[in-house]
Amino acid sequence: MTTVDELLRLGDDALIAAQRLAEWCARGPEMEEDVALANIALDQLGAARLLLSYAGERAGTGTEDDLAFLRDDREFRNCLLVELPNGDFAVTIGKLLFLSVYQLARYDALVDSADDRLAAIAAKVRKESAYHVDHGSLWTVRLGDGTDESHRRMQSAVDELWPYTHELFEENDLRPTWLSTVEPVLAAATLTRPEDGWAPTGGRAGRHTEHLSYLLAEMQVLHRAHPGARW
Amino acid sequence: MYGSDFEDPETVGQPGASALLDEVESAERDLHEAAARTVATGGSTGPGADAALQDYFDAVIAADQKIEPRDWMPGAYRKGLIRQIAQHAHSEIIGMQPEGNWITRAPSLKRKAILLAKVQDEAGHGLYLYAAAETLGSSRDELVELLITGRQKYSSIFNYPTLNWADVGAIGWLVDGAAIVNQVPLCRCSYGPYARAMIRICKEESFHQRQGFEILYTLARGTAAQRQMAQDAVDRWWYPSLAMFGPPDSDSTHSEQSMAWKIKRFSNDDLRQRFVDMCAQQASVLGLSIPDPDLRWNEERGAWDYRQPDYAELFRVIKGDGPCNRQRLRHRRQAHEDGAWVRDAGSAYAAKQAARRAGKRATEQVAAA
Repeated sequence: MTTVDELLRLGDDALIAAQRLAEWCARGPEMEEDVALANIALDQLGAARLLLSYAGERAGTGTEDDLAFLRDDREFRNCLLVELPNGDFAVTIGKLLFLSVYQLARYDALVDSADDRLAAIAAKVRKESAYHVDHGSLWTVRLGDGTDESHRRMQSAVDELWPYTHELFEENDLRPTWLSTVEPVLAAATLTRPEDGWAPTGGRAGRHTEHLSYLLAEMQVLHRAHPGARW
Repeated sequence: MYGSDFEDPETVGQPGASALLDEVESAERDLHEAAARTVATGGSTGPGADAALQDYFDAVIAADQKIEPRDWMPGAYRKGLIRQIAQHAHSEIIGMQPEGNWITRAPSLKRKAILLAKVQDEAGHGLYLYAAAETLGSSRDELVELLITGRQKYSSIFNYPTLNWADVGAIGWLVDGAAIVNQVPLCRCSYGPYARAMIRICKEESFHQRQGFEILYTLARGTAAQRQMAQDAVDRWWYPSLAMFGPPDSDSTHSEQSMAWKIKRFSNDDLRQRFVDMCAQQASVLGLSIPDPDLRWNEERGAWDYRQPDYAELFRVIKGDGPCNRQRLRHRRQAHEDGAWVRDAGSAYAAKQAARRAGKRATEQVAAA
């Protein structure tokens, strides 16, 4: 049986990623991209709702909203990568690529889980992850192999984000699978794969970056101002 | 999947809402039927001699058929339509901001998903309206430039701020409600691409209006603070929504010619009355009051009497002095400028790919020769 902590890790990754992507709304570099990023945010939010509802039922800790709006930062189990600020479009695309390739590998594996409910969620969500991987790869290549400026920005995004990818594989052995997708994308994008080294960690234990608390303050402000209200 | 995510509005009872949707569907049927008929004067092959162009255009309009992109049309018809469709597209794009303001703070995950999907729809509406304008010969880039340099307008309603969560409900109920009343007749507009875009948009707008109604309905039955929030939002959005129908008929500059060309089909005041009649009934279902001391049923007219919005305020906002005009335009301009390097990268990559394909073909031809 899946542990509640595992459901929270998956669900919180999706929720915080959705919240960050939603910040792009009406700020995209072109209108088509506003539609696409909102779409991906909606997919992540949908997955988060399924996973958090399940986690809440399993642990007896309440509804999806109780978990999303009433936990403090130390109780969140998401990886650090998703809570990092959006940065420019290259950073957002780098985060999308690294996260979605990881999520696809995770959900692919979970489709065979002995936990039927989680297996059903994974089967639904992995189709969406596959689209996110496409979108992230396509833009990584376009930016990497676009203009000098876009190349510089995409390389700097990849360099900045790379250390945070190690945390994704602390509880699984999927890094080789992940690398087998990510490395060819970077190569096609004429980008240099960063060296492995610094590996910040702590998200899965509730020790986050300074950014998460601000994100939660914004996300939770209205819900917490009206205890017990229905919306 | 988000469309069926909340209570069926029929169980809440929203008087007048389904009649509008029926009109959209009947406009769609008529559009298909009109397309199948041939025009009396022109025959099935369209206009012949140059002199017949205006006659043919007039006959198409008279027969309630559609003018299509390749048809001849008077210069002023084309110009007026570009202006109207572009302003409509700009309104969708700028309109993402006031509601987008609450996505990150939506009070439940369900509401967050519905709102995000709604704002995404607006981006989609903007895209197909720009595409409709492009069929008349103006590119999207040109039109966006006119927007961000302030040379073309968007609906003034979006120059008001969204100050609490209930504003999202009030925008859905009142602003989208007014937009639907305005736009349903446009489903019968004489320009084909615009009419077809409007049919699609109205169907989605009616869902938006229902979700707004439902937000207010829930708040009005919630805690005291939630009820107050809902009433405050309705108080602030009522008159600006009435002003969305434009100046009174006596002062409207574009109306007469638009009516003759069947771009516009009802006067500003007729549409405003229709909107008031619909809202007056729905407000009592919501349990919220409309902030108009003069609002009362007039048996003789068979309509509600109401107080006119402050048109001087409307003109101030149109001229640029509403609470958020500067903020909305600055936001749009900023997003456009921040995205320039991304759009450049997209074009540069596409050009490289095309060159690579051409290079490969050339190599293959040399090899084959």
